[in-house]
Amino acid sequence: MKIRCKFQKTDHLKFIGHLDVMRTFQKIMRRADLDIQYSAGFSPHQKMTFATPLGLGAVSTGEYMDVELGNCPSKQELIDRINAVSVPELAVLDASLLPDDAKNAMSLIAAADYEVRFREGKGPEDAARFFDDLVRFYEAPEIIVTKSTKKNQVEVDLKKQIRKLKAENGVLFMQVDTGSASNLKPELVLSTYFDSIGREFAPTDVEVKRTELYGEGEEGLKPLLEFGNPEF
Amino acid sequence: MKKLALSDEILLSVEKPSRYIGQEYNSYNKEFNEYPVRVAFCFPDVYDIATANLGMQIIYEQFNRRPDAMCDRVYSPWIDLDRIMREKQIPLFAVESQRPVRDFDFLLITLQYEMCYTNVLQVLDLSGIPLHSEERTEEDPIVIGGGACAYNPEPIAAFFDVLYIGESETRYDEMVEVYKKAKQDGLSRTEILKQLANLEGLYVPRFYDVTYREDGTIASFSGIVPDVPEKIRRQAADMRDDTLPYPMKPIVPFTRGMMDRATLEVMRGCIRGCRFCQAGMIYRPTRNRSLDFLKKAAVSMLESSGYEEINLSSLATSDYSDFAELTEFLIPYCNAHKINVGIPSLRIDAFSLDVMDKIQDVKKSSLTFAPEAGSQRLRNVINKGLTEEEILSGAAEAFKGGWRRVKLYFMLGQPFETDEDVKDIAVLSDKIARVYYETVPKEKRQGRVEITPSTSFFVPKPFTPFQWAKMDRPEEFLRKAHLLKDTLKEQLNQKSISYRYHDEVQTELEGLFARGDRRVSAAIEAAYRKGCIFDAWSEYMKPELWKEALAENGISLDFYNYRERSVDEILPWSFIDVGVHPSFMKQEWENAKNGVVTPNCRENCSKCGAARYPGGVCYENQM
Repeated sequence: MKIRCKFQKTDHLKFIGHLDVMRTFQKIMRRADLDIQYSAGFSPHQKMTFATPLGLGAVSTGEYMDVELGNCPSKQELIDRINAVSVPELAVLDASLLPDDAKNAMSLIAAADYEVRFREGKGPEDAARFFDDLVRFYEAPEIIVTKSTKKNQVEVDLKKQIRKLKAENGVLFMQVDTGSASNLKPELVLSTYFDSIGREFAPTDVEVKRTELYGEGEEGLKPLLEFGNPEF
Repeated sequence: MKKLALSDEILLSVEKPSRYIGQEYNSYNKEFNEYPVRVAFCFPDVYDIATANLGMQIIYEQFNRRPDAMCDRVYSPWIDLDRIMREKQIPLFAVESQRPVRDFDFLLITLQYEMCYTNVLQVLDLSGIPLHSEERTEEDPIVIGGGACAYNPEPIAAFFDVLYIGESETRYDEMVEVYKKAKQDGLSRTEILKQLANLEGLYVPRFYDVTYREDGTIASFSGIVPDVPEKIRRQAADMRDDTLPYPMKPIVPFTRGMMDRATLEVMRGCIRGCRFCQAGMIYRPTRNRSLDFLKKAAVSMLESSGYEEINLSSLATSDYSDFAELTEFLIPYCNAHKINVGIPSLRIDAFSLDVMDKIQDVKKSSLTFAPEAGSQRLRNVINKGLTEEEILSGAAEAFKGGWRRVKLYFMLGQPFETDEDVKDIAVLSDKIARVYYETVPKEKRQGRVEITPSTSFFVPKPFTPFQWAKMDRPEEFLRKAHLLKDTLKEQLNQKSISYRYHDEVQTELEGLFARGDRRVSAAIEAAYRKGCIFDAWSEYMKPELWKEALAENGISLDFYNYRERSVDEILPWSFIDVGVHPSFMKQEWENAKNGVVTPNCRENCSKCGAARYPGGVCYENQM
């Protein structure tokens, strides 16, 4: 049975890298004594995939992993058993049962929601106004930036990758393209604006929080969890 | 959640910030303010290395299981954070409570290898604790050292208020009681230290004085305050007691460290008595843990951690009395749960090969033998109870079982070594290769046999029969390594043999720290002031600065490393009663000179003195 779990990675867990989160969940599955399935072969590993890595320093309440279980308890029991052997900052929030032929989260992913705040004592004095100005900057019909890839440099229009952008009480909300087809990091949205006003952007000045990941469904974007059955 | 001692900005600018945030799964996370006795336990190296240490986990458990104490952990900040903390004057903190180390009642520092000494100073310095015991005030924690290097604590004695000589299980509970009472009674730091000095096994260096003769050797060692013990008695735990503290629920680091697995200590001590080996002497007598306890501990550790590997730990696991029963239980359990079992320190014979065969998913990558010397003559000198026949027949069995890689460990520079002994390392390596071609028919060979002999340079250690021996100079080490290399080229199977030798740069210093006296501490401090830390990491070791520090403080390696000591000399560590008689050491030193082998503890008791400790091999046959 394929299960999709939505989990959070908060507070000090932001200092744990993606590979370590994966290894931690592998141990959690064993501690919870769940019937996780293993790949065949010389060195078997747990059938567990993650939607997309979260950068070191960012927190999230919208992370996803897919696991394959032999026997699966009810949804509530599954969540309880995992959370009983994890730390609160790395907790499963919800889960859904996927059809057997479901695509994994990694290949579905199309967009993500982010909240961005300045860390305490960092950034401009009036953060609310600063973000309002930023939103206004992005009202331009196109924002072309040059992205350096491993091989060459490409010009992209950020406007085409930003799906939503608004500011509220000193918090910047954005929904941006995420995934292999088109990917925009929230830091680039910020640094591009900083560049436009001639100021230096220090990535450690802001805290980035991911709140949801979406896949492209038949009727547009929907949260990854909704690709499965919420009842099990 | 707790406020971290370091800002997000700092944590995101250093390598592996997870080293500094604590709060790992299974950590106690006791509230600092709620306990009368607060202990900061430090392993003076980087987190990734330190978390692998079993001793630290035992002591962490020992204090935390008490209702009146909390124990937190401290590690050396890595070079990148060290620099930032100095610049911004951030005091060193313990990872769980994130409180400054200086706020604790005790700072325990484990001394697992000599090359950590400058890191000890780093930890004290960053904590804002004066480096010298006598400069500390009521505001400072009591600084205690322990672990393998504490058996000759003199080179670092000045930096410690107390050194705990022996295994932690016996005295720390008593120490907490004494400390609590002393605090209630409002005793001063010096008065508390006096009380601690009277606990068996605890050494308070500042209450003793050393005088020297003109030739530099020690003239006297004596107490300078009334009522301190003349000798410090080494502590050994009674391992028959299944209630001794043990990490039944081990801390699981978020970051993969050196060791991503559970450790099961099956026994302490070793029956074999190799004459170069300190562990083989200072952990006498050999003491088994009960089979019952080990089964329980293994299951508890694995279930509570989710580790995919368990490692059986001891000096010679094949000598564990219930080894067969233990593996009969553990291997099916681990196979069913897809857990790998690691059994280093196995003597290679038909039985152990069979055990390894049963371990699922064991990669038949390589087998390890530790002959330590190339010739039978020298193996007799060092009392390595391993014959050429045993090595060759073990190898033959292994080759038949599908192995084709063999690692061989040797030492260069042991006492009474000749060039012939060095060359014999090459000859033995070649003989093992020949065994492969003789036992494995051509059609069954999966490529060439790979023999990897490696050598380390011998460093004489206190409380061994070789404690009086002269060490080889670096040039001599290198000459021998090259001689071996050249001899290997003459062997029939030279293409199947690849030789490695360890760096000789650290060896000189290790020798100095191992057998040094109180005068060495000034040089260690000077080296630290010049910028030496993380000396155990060869890429950070700064030999030039060390050379300066030794020269400026009049420390001569000729005196400490390159002379044979007389058996009548007062050694810097002579004030420690390690439980093995000095007369036994002398007799073993004589036996070494004559190439006489001493039987192991199960074959015949040599009356070494360790029988004064409860339980263990000394009483196995007397029910």
